Amino acid sequence: MKPIAAVNDFVVKFANVNGSGSASANELFARSILRMGVPVSPRNIFPSNIQGLPTWYEVRVNERGWLGRRGGVDLMVAMNPQTWDADVAEIEPGGYLFYDSSKPLPPSKFREDITVVGMPLTELCNATYADPRQRQLFKNIIYLGALSILLDIDPDAISRLIGEQYKGKEKLLQPNLHALTLGRDYAKDYLNPIGLKVRRANNVGDRIFIDGNSAAALGCVYGGATVCAWYPITPSSSVAEAFEKYCGKFRGGEGGNRYAIVQAEDELASIGMCVGAGWNGARSFTATSGPGISLMTEFIGLAYFAEIPVTLIDVQRGGPSTGMPTRTQQADVLACAYASHGDTKHVLLFPEDPKECFEHAAAALDLADRLQTPVFVLTDLDIGMNQRLCDPLAWDDARTYDRGKVMTHEMLEAGAKFGRYLDVDGDGIPYRTYPGTHPTKGGYFTRGTTKNAYATYSEAGPDYVYNVQRLLRKLETARQLVPQPVVRHAAQRTRIGVLYYGSTSPAMDEAVAELESAGLHIDTLRVRAFPFPDSVTQFIEDHDQLFVVEQNRDGQLRTLLVNELGIDPARLMAILHYDGTPITARFITAEIGGRIRALNIEPLRKDKVA
Amino acid sequence: MTYIAKPRLHHPTLVRNKVGYTRRDYEGRISTLCAGCGHDSISASIIQACWEMDIEPHRVAKLSGIGCSSKTPDYFLGNSHGFNTVHGRMPSVLTGANLANRDLLYLGVSGDGDSASIGLGQFAHVMRRGVNMVYILENNGVYGLTKGQFSATADEGSRSKRGAVNTDAPIDTVSLALIMGATFVARGFSGDKRQLVPLIKAAIHHPGAAFIDVISPCVAFNNHAGSTKSYDYVREHNDAVNRIDFIDLRPEVTGDAASGEVIEIDQHDGTVLRLKCIDPDHDPTDKIAAMNYVQRHQAKGEIVTGLLYADPHARDLHEHIGSVARPLNQLGERDLCPGADVLVRINASLR
Repeated sequence: MKPIAAVNDFVVKFANVNGSGSASANELFARSILRMGVPVSPRNIFPSNIQGLPTWYEVRVNERGWLGRRGGVDLMVAMNPQTWDADVAEIEPGGYLFYDSSKPLPPSKFREDITVVGMPLTELCNATYADPRQRQLFKNIIYLGALSILLDIDPDAISRLIGEQYKGKEKLLQPNLHALTLGRDYAKDYLNPIGLKVRRANNVGDRIFIDGNSAAALGCVYGGATVCAWYPITPSSSVAEAFEKYCGKFRGGEGGNRYAIVQAEDELASIGMCVGAGWNGARSFTATSGPGISLMTEFIGLAYFAEIPVTLIDVQRGGPSTGMPTRTQQADVLACAYASHGDTKHVLLFPEDPKECFEHAAAALDLADRLQTPVFVLTDLDIGMNQRLCDPLAWDDARTYDRGKVMTHEMLEAGAKFGRYLDVDGDGIPYRTYPGTHPTKGGYFTRGTTKNAYATYSEAGPDYVYNVQRLLRKLETARQLVPQPVVRHAAQRTRIGVLYYGSTSPAMDEAVAELESAGLHIDTLRVRAFPFPDSVTQFIEDHDQLFVVEQNRDGQLRTLLVNELGIDPARLMAILHYDGTPITARFITAEIGGRIRALNIEPLRKDKVA
Repeated sequence: MTYIAKPRLHHPTLVRNKVGYTRRDYEGRISTLCAGCGHDSISASIIQACWEMDIEPHRVAKLSGIGCSSKTPDYFLGNSHGFNTVHGRMPSVLTGANLANRDLLYLGVSGDGDSASIGLGQFAHVMRRGVNMVYILENNGVYGLTKGQFSATADEGSRSKRGAVNTDAPIDTVSLALIMGATFVARGFSGDKRQLVPLIKAAIHHPGAAFIDVISPCVAFNNHAGSTKSYDYVREHNDAVNRIDFIDLRPEVTGDAASGEVIEIDQHDGTVLRLKCIDPDHDPTDKIAAMNYVQRHQAKGEIVTGLLYADPHARDLHEHIGSVARPLNQLGERDLCPGADVLVRINASLR
């Protein structure tokens, strides 16, 4: 078997034990390649555990900038004996295995068709460090040093990154640099070169490297959220934690904190606090994942019916039940779209990357106020907990917060007619007052029970119908306000259309290019929100063969399209990936390519177009 | 319930308080509860307390859960904003509302089903967070709206209207509130307005989590012989520990009561709470003593009423989290948005 030879296009996977301090060394590896102008996309694959279980860090190096998971491994850095067999088996034929050779292993533990690079890491560490924790931590930096020789990574890029990381902690800086040199020296002297190389390029540009949860938190800071109530749940906890971190930096100071964060006793209380704050005129949000959404559904119904703004950031994971808490899926779409009992429908936003997590979080706060309703930002573990290369975050200082229809003291004094649930503008959105606005006007008693347009308790049929019909009109209004879909036309006219959303984006982008180079042209529409704008219907009408690509078992967005737009189900073919790993271009290409060939759909030829 | 609406026209000689309102201005809609319901007496006490304290009705936010008690905020302070939330979850909604605007007075009204069963968790947590509020639990030991099932505060051995005997141990919300960190804990009886109105006033003055458990008989389902929450039973077993004389904004003593019978509690916000002791053994600033006192008397079958505990050093949630004095709901872009330049710097740190 010929060893794989590749420059700026390969996958390295680190197999580690969690709690061993590998995460920061692995991140250094990824960032140093970025500093060389070569795009990378790393993914954490980790257990629901604190210490001792297997964890992986998979880095795709790709000069062309494909950021989706590729699948397959070219170089395995096998640091976990527990997962050795599976890790070795995962290496592509012709690939490489880097391992700690301190303890000899029988030949049966290896493969004939791969190149094995052994380095006595434990021996080196034991000889250099006396402290067990240091032995553990510096082992990671030593292998990083060795890899930098094997892959030709610029050592200056790594040392600079280490320097930035330990700025102000000079005591830690030198030992880290020393460990790095130790690894490099050993590799130079004893290891044979391999066929994978990183070569300086210029394809990163001004892009930034950030995880979606941090970006969503920044979106909440910029978007003016002041109340955050949350309950810890993987993979969403870092949204609230990052919000706290950024607020501490930007919203503290003399006079006190211009924010309030409460770690609640459970998700019911989290959403309850957000609803209370929203009712009282503060921008509030919670961050959670599927099980949290399930617990919140009663309150979501109340907020929908009592018309209270609230933003929910749902970082989706594998369900149902506890499901796969540390794996990714897009499986809460229906649970969120129709959350709660009775007739309910909610606004959903689908960010594709951290940049959109930032934008959609800020937009959700505006939309929630404008529409006076819960708004969901449906991100997922793949975007939320992995650092992703994306365009820099941007903010226009001229932008103001849309607080929606709020009737003020002055308006009430001037004699404005106030009915809390009265549709005065025909857009289904009534005016609201903040508690305490006026001594005698604008007060109201709200509830989840039926009421008339003036918020008076009423179980009269017509009052109920007026309300729920108005809520539908409000949803119509929402269709125009939410982020609109992104349509991409193929180079040639085609009858084939693909709909997708969220974290499927990078894999889809790559699949489109692959299919195109194979002569299969497809148009795509990236859904960015529900309720679906008219352009989604138009796209479906414009194509004969449609695929809906999703990361769940049941084709939840497809169901929503069929249900809400009255599309013939036969027209929408489901392409579903739901094993908990991020969807890959290889998967999409094989599925769509295979089905098109099986269906024998003839791509439209130019000469046939009328 | 009453079907005849009270005329909105006020008698011109009705007394106005310092903020220009008559007592009638503190009323709400006509109650839909049963005639003689203890809850209506509590509503009347709230009205009385707010009027006497010159509180502007629109500066009060009323929040409740679900149940008969939770309907009552519609029946007082008609010009206040109110929010009838979901069953057992009023505490979290109140917490969020309080975070949004610390300048309003938060009045939470709940029942024993709402607070001691479905909402026991939120009840406990709102106390430990020290949310600045008045939390009134209208406690009748029974589910009225669903027609007479026992609630979790029903005493062991008490009989339901249908004759069933309760075998479960009761949840004592007063003891629970003390343990969970409420800084003002009292118990009242809806049939004793003279005691209840000052308790509510004191609770309103308290700058922290104030809890009043009010025994409030359900005339429809829990006012029979064998019930321990009936008017007769509570009157026979009521053991008032003290009576609040007044709350004054100035720390000066106008001593007409004999010394030794009066306790003055200097509160964190500068007000003074003046109590006339009935049982001189009870020191309402001693939490451990309060817990002992309640348990000891309860063991004897007595229902202790009055101010059981008030922490003179109470702090509230906003002080704990260090939030600004200005209500969060009044902050705008300038206060909240770090701006484009900062974002440029953040971007630079992420490369």
